[in-house]
Amino acid sequence: MSNYLAHSEPLHEGTLPGGHHWSLLMRRGKILRLIDTGGGANVGMLFYNPADKAERYNAPDTLKCQHTFKITRGHCLYSDMGRIFCSVVEDTLGWHDSIGGNLTDAALWERWGKVSYQEKRNDWQISGEHAFLVELAKHGMNRRDMAANMNWFSCVSVDGEGKISLKPGHSKPDSCVALRFEMDTLVLMHSCPHPLNQAASYPKAPVTYQVFSAKPVAEDDLCRNSCPENRRGFVNNVIYHQEAAS
Amino acid sequence: MIVESQLQTADARYSQIVEAGDYWLHFVGEGQTLRITDLEGNQAVDTLFYSAVDTAERYSAMDTIREQGNVYLTAGTRLISNLGHSMLRIVADTCGRHDTLGGACSAESNTVRYALEKKCMHSCRDSWLLAVARHEHFALGKRDITHNINFFMNVPVTSDGKLTFEDGLSGPGKYVELEAEMACLAFISNCPQLNNPCNAYNPTPIQVHIWD
Repeated sequence: MSNYLAHSEPLHEGTLPGGHHWSLLMRRGKILRLIDTGGGANVGMLFYNPADKAERYNAPDTLKCQHTFKITRGHCLYSDMGRIFCSVVEDTLGWHDSIGGNLTDAALWERWGKVSYQEKRNDWQISGEHAFLVELAKHGMNRRDMAANMNWFSCVSVDGEGKISLKPGHSKPDSCVALRFEMDTLVLMHSCPHPLNQAASYPKAPVTYQVFSAKPVAEDDLCRNSCPENRRGFVNNVIYHQEAAS
Repeated sequence: MIVESQLQTADARYSQIVEAGDYWLHFVGEGQTLRITDLEGNQAVDTLFYSAVDTAERYSAMDTIREQGNVYLTAGTRLISNLGHSMLRIVADTCGRHDTLGGACSAESNTVRYALEKKCMHSCRDSWLLAVARHEHFALGKRDITHNINFFMNVPVTSDGKLTFEDGLSGPGKYVELEAEMACLAFISNCPQLNNPCNAYNPTPIQVHIWD
């Protein structure tokens, strides 16, 4: 991780309590580092191009061009326009989910009941659906814009027959993952439970996020060179930024 | 799971050949049955569904996978909307497995997957974009073109988290049949991909039937 940082001190640090939501405009050349301080967190995340929000994270394009079902260090997250929003430059877990989707209001209420604002004030229990609808609306978007999201710190694996399962206890305290942004990106995030989490009570795990400046992408950068597809993805970003080919 | 249909094509109220590289956008009423036939084998049929009442409600790959607890689609699968409703149910399937992880081809993703010079080749997303532009009354746009089904495609996931593209399980005349549980718009791109060995680099026509 330190290899990727221009300075070791974060420019900004914040905390998202469990079951809450926020958004950030990440500039190109910055790193967003997420830390699951207490273990057991889930961070739902969506990505948009702030200059054209019709360009957004595309999970199928991301998975198929890297021949992967899981996301870990060395992978890139792609938009539907063949460009790279961010590269995963650090990961202590080895597996993050991008197919489990989002916890709906209906699933939340069925599993854990309704815990309202009137009853608990800001300790109420909300769904990832509620969280994303609010963050989408902040930026002039709605339900139609809710594509498949990332679920950081969660592992959903598949057996020989195609059955999926959420791995219990996957994320230990202080697990972290760091994303280096390769273009300006609007990041929507929430810390609501993974939709496959069947815990007896609504899990509330906080997440710390830090913003750093990144070093320039090196010729031998791991993410850029992890497959020929990513080398071409980086070229698409160079074309987008109208820079000279390196 | 292989399940054969009892329906006779002679009784269908609608029948249409969709050529490789063409789109097909059509209403399917609640209770109607839609059959898609892979006429020559190993063709990818990229398919989206919207509620005919409110197109903000649409097929959701992630909700479908999660609710059935399995990444592959076959007979018995309910196609779930982003609002958690069952849109259609797969009632017959002579292929046995269909993909909903691989998404659709686009000019832009082709530059990443194959070569930067492939950007001017026809793609599923271009077909869908042309369709929504020609049929403005549906008020659909690029952001509505979400994660689709690839009927007849075989995209196995390994236990260590790899996604692989295998030769298809399909063959000439294999079909999948869906009964609509709500009024839907069915939106097919019969895939024009020339770079993928899965279809032997030769996209071929399909046939759609609808029964009342």
